[in-house]
Amino acid sequence: MGAPELIALVLSGALLLYILSGGADFGAGIWDLFARGPRAHAQRRLVEGALAPVWEANHVWLIVAVVVLFTAFPPAFAALTIRLHVPLVALLIGVVLRGSALVFRQYGGPDSAHRWQHVFAVASAATPFFLGAVLGAVTSGAASERDLLAWIAPLPIATGAAATALCAYLAAVYLAVEASSKIGGASGETDPEAPTRELADDFRRRAIAGWIALAVTCAGCAVAAHLDAPRFAGRLFTAAWSAPLGAVAAAAAVAALVALVRGRFRLARVLAIVQASALLAAWGAAHAPLLIAPDLTVRGAAAPPVTLRILGPVLVGGALVVLPSLYWLMRVFKAPPPRPGDPRSGSPT
Amino acid sequence: MGNEALFARGQMAYSLAFHIVFAAIGIAMPVLMVAAEVMWRRTGRAVYLELARRWARGTAVLFAVGAVSGTVLAFELGLLFPRFMEHAGAIIGLPFSLEGIAFFTEAIFLGLYLYGWDKLRPRLHIACGALVALSGAASAAFVTIANAWMNAPRGFRLEDGLMVDIDPIAAMGTPFALHEVLHTVLAAFMATAMAVAAIHAWALLRRPGSPFHRAALGLALAVAIPSALAQPLVGHMAGQMVARHQPLKLAAMDGLERTTARAPMSIGPIEVPGMLSFMAYGDADATVRGLDDFPAADHPHPIVRHAFLVMVGLGSIAALHALVTLLLCWRRRGLPDARWWLRATLLLGPAGVIAMEAGWIVTEVGRQPWTIYGVLRTADAVTPVTGLWLPFTLFAMIYLGLAAVVTAVMTHQVRKTTDAAERG
Repeated sequence: MGAPELIALVLSGALLLYILSGGADFGAGIWDLFARGPRAHAQRRLVEGALAPVWEANHVWLIVAVVVLFTAFPPAFAALTIRLHVPLVALLIGVVLRGSALVFRQYGGPDSAHRWQHVFAVASAATPFFLGAVLGAVTSGAASERDLLAWIAPLPIATGAAATALCAYLAAVYLAVEASSKIGGASGETDPEAPTRELADDFRRRAIAGWIALAVTCAGCAVAAHLDAPRFAGRLFTAAWSAPLGAVAAAAAVAALVALVRGRFRLARVLAIVQASALLAAWGAAHAPLLIAPDLTVRGAAAPPVTLRILGPVLVGGALVVLPSLYWLMRVFKAPPPRPGDPRSGSPT
Repeated sequence: MGNEALFARGQMAYSLAFHIVFAAIGIAMPVLMVAAEVMWRRTGRAVYLELARRWARGTAVLFAVGAVSGTVLAFELGLLFPRFMEHAGAIIGLPFSLEGIAFFTEAIFLGLYLYGWDKLRPRLHIACGALVALSGAASAAFVTIANAWMNAPRGFRLEDGLMVDIDPIAAMGTPFALHEVLHTVLAAFMATAMAVAAIHAWALLRRPGSPFHRAALGLALAVAIPSALAQPLVGHMAGQMVARHQPLKLAAMDGLERTTARAPMSIGPIEVPGMLSFMAYGDADATVRGLDDFPAADHPHPIVRHAFLVMVGLGSIAALHALVTLLLCWRRRGLPDARWWLRATLLLGPAGVIAMEAGWIVTEVGRQPWTIYGVLRTADAVTPVTGLWLPFTLFAMIYLGLAAVVTAVMTHQVRKTTDAAERG
C-alpha cells in the first residue's frame, strides 16, 4: 500500500466520520420532522439540545473530505463536481438551509421558531438522500459530463434512500442514549419536559423502525447494484475484505437490534456504529481501487508524490490536534450528567 | 467570455461577497466576547458578563451562516471552476487543508465556549474562547495564502502551459502571502469592531451614559482603533507589492492610462506630482506602467478603480476617526460621550464592511482575466456544465433570503440586548 492508498483511506475515514456524526445530525432532523404524539415537543427539544453544541464540529468532516479530495486527487474532484453538479448543488442547498434554520430557530425569537423548525426538518431529511445518491453514482459510474441527470438511476436512488435510513437509524439510537442518560437529571424536578423513560422509549421504537428501513433499503441497494453496476455487485462478494466486513455488519446489525429491544441503549449505540462502519467499509472495499467509477482509480487520480508526502504529515498533525479536542467536546456534552458533589458540576454563574 | 462563464464568475463573486462578511465576524467576534469575559472575571462588573453572553449569541448565529456558506465555496471551486483545482489542487491544496484543520478546532472550541458556561471551569472556558479566536485568525491566514498564490503563483515550472516540478511549500511562500494575510485579518477586525461600535453608539444616543453600552463601546473601540490605524500602513505595503508583481492591476487601481514617469496622484482636488511613483516604488521619479502598456484583452474591469477609491477613502476616514477618538479619550481621560462623536461612530458602522468588500473587488476583479495570474485564464477554468443561470439564481435567492433573515435575527438580538440594558 502506497501513499495514494493511505490518503484514500484517510479520505474514506473522514467520510465515514461525517456520516456517523454529521449524518446522524441530519437524521435527528428527520425525527424532528416525524415528532408525534404527546411528547412531540419534548422530542424536538431533545433533538435541538443534542445538536446545538456539536453540529458545526461534526459538519467539518465534510469539508475535510472535500479538501483532501481536491488536494490529493485533483482530477477526481474535477470529475465529481462536473458530472454530479446537480445532486451536489442540491446537497449544498440542504446543508445551507439546515444549518441556518437550526440557528435561526434557536436565536430568532419565538415568533419565527415554528417556521424555521419546518425548514430545518425538511432540509435534514432531503440532504442525506443527495449525499447517498452522490456516493451511489460514484460507485456505479452513473454520471456523465454530457447528461447532467445521468445520476437518476437505480443505484444512486437506492443509495440515497439507504443513506437517509442510515442517518435516521443512527440518530434515533443516539437520541435514545441521550434521553435515557438525562432521565432524572439536575433539571428533572423543575422542568416538566425533562427527558423521561417514555421519551427514551419513543426513540427506541424509532431506532427499530430506522433499523428496518435500513435493512429494506440495503436490500434495495443490492438489487439495484445487480441491475446497475454488476461488476461492483460481484466484487461485494469477491473483493478481499468486502465479504468479511459485510458479515461483521450483519452480525452487528442483529446484535444492535437485540440490544435495542432489550433497552440496552449504550451497547446498541456501539453496535450501531460498528454496523454502519462495517457496512460502509465493505462498500469501500468492493469499490477500491476505483475512486470515481468508471474511469478514475486511486492511483490514476493521485496528485504528484511531493504533494502526498507533505499532506500525510499535515493530516497526522491535524488529527493529533483535532481528535483529542473532539473527544473532549463529546465528553463534555455527551457524558452522563455529573452526580451532585462532583467538582464538574460547580457552576460559575 | 461566454454567458456560462459570466454566470460562474457571478456566482463565485456573490458567494464570496456573502461569505466574507460572516468569515470576518467569525474572526473578530470571538476576540470581543473573550475580552468581555476576561473583563468580567477581572472587574466582577455584571455588565461585562452580560456583554460576553450577548456577543456569544451573536457569534453563534453568524458563525453558523459562515460555516455553511464556506462549505458552499469549497464545493464551488469545483462546481464552477473545476479546471482550476484540477491544475492547482496538488500545489495549493495544502493551505486549504491547513485551513480545514484550523476551522475544525474553531468549530469544536466554539461549541465548548457557547454551551460550556456551566460545564467548564472559568479559566478553561476563557481558554476555549481564546482558542476560537486563534483558530479563526489561523484559518483566515491559510485561506488568504491560497488567494495570495492565485495572484502571485510560485512553486512550479511551466511546461506547455502546465505546472510541473511542483513544490507546495514554496507555493505557500508566495510574495503576496504576508501583506494579504495582514490586510485581510485587519480588515476583519475593522469591519466587525466598527459595526459593533456603531450598534452600541446608537444605543448610547438613545440612552446616554448606559454603563452596559459604554463598556461594549470601549471594548469594540479597543479592537477597531489599532486595526484602523495599522491598516493604511499594511495597505501601502500591499500597493508596493502589487506594483512590483501585478503592474497591470496597479494601473487599473489608479486609473493610469499611459505609462508615466514621475506619475502624479490626486488627493481630492489636488494633484501631487510624482506621488504615485513614490507610493508605488519609493521613488518620485520612477516610471509607472499604464494600461496602454498591456494588451487591451488583459485589462481588468474598470470597477477596480472605483472599488479602490472606495476602499482607500473609507479606510482613511476610519483612520481619522480612530485618531480623533484617541485624542478625545486622552483629553477626557476616558471614553468620549459627545453626541457628534457618537453620531460619527454610528455613521461609520458599515464603513469597515464596505471597505472590505471593495478591497476584495480590487484584488479579485483586478486579477481577471486570470484565475491563476499569468498561468490559467478564467475562461479556461470554467466548468463545461451548461445552464449555470439556474444554480446562479437559486443560490442568489437563498443568500438574499439568508441576508434578510440574519438581519432580522440580529435586530431581534440587539433589541433584546438594549431592552435588557434599559431595565438593568
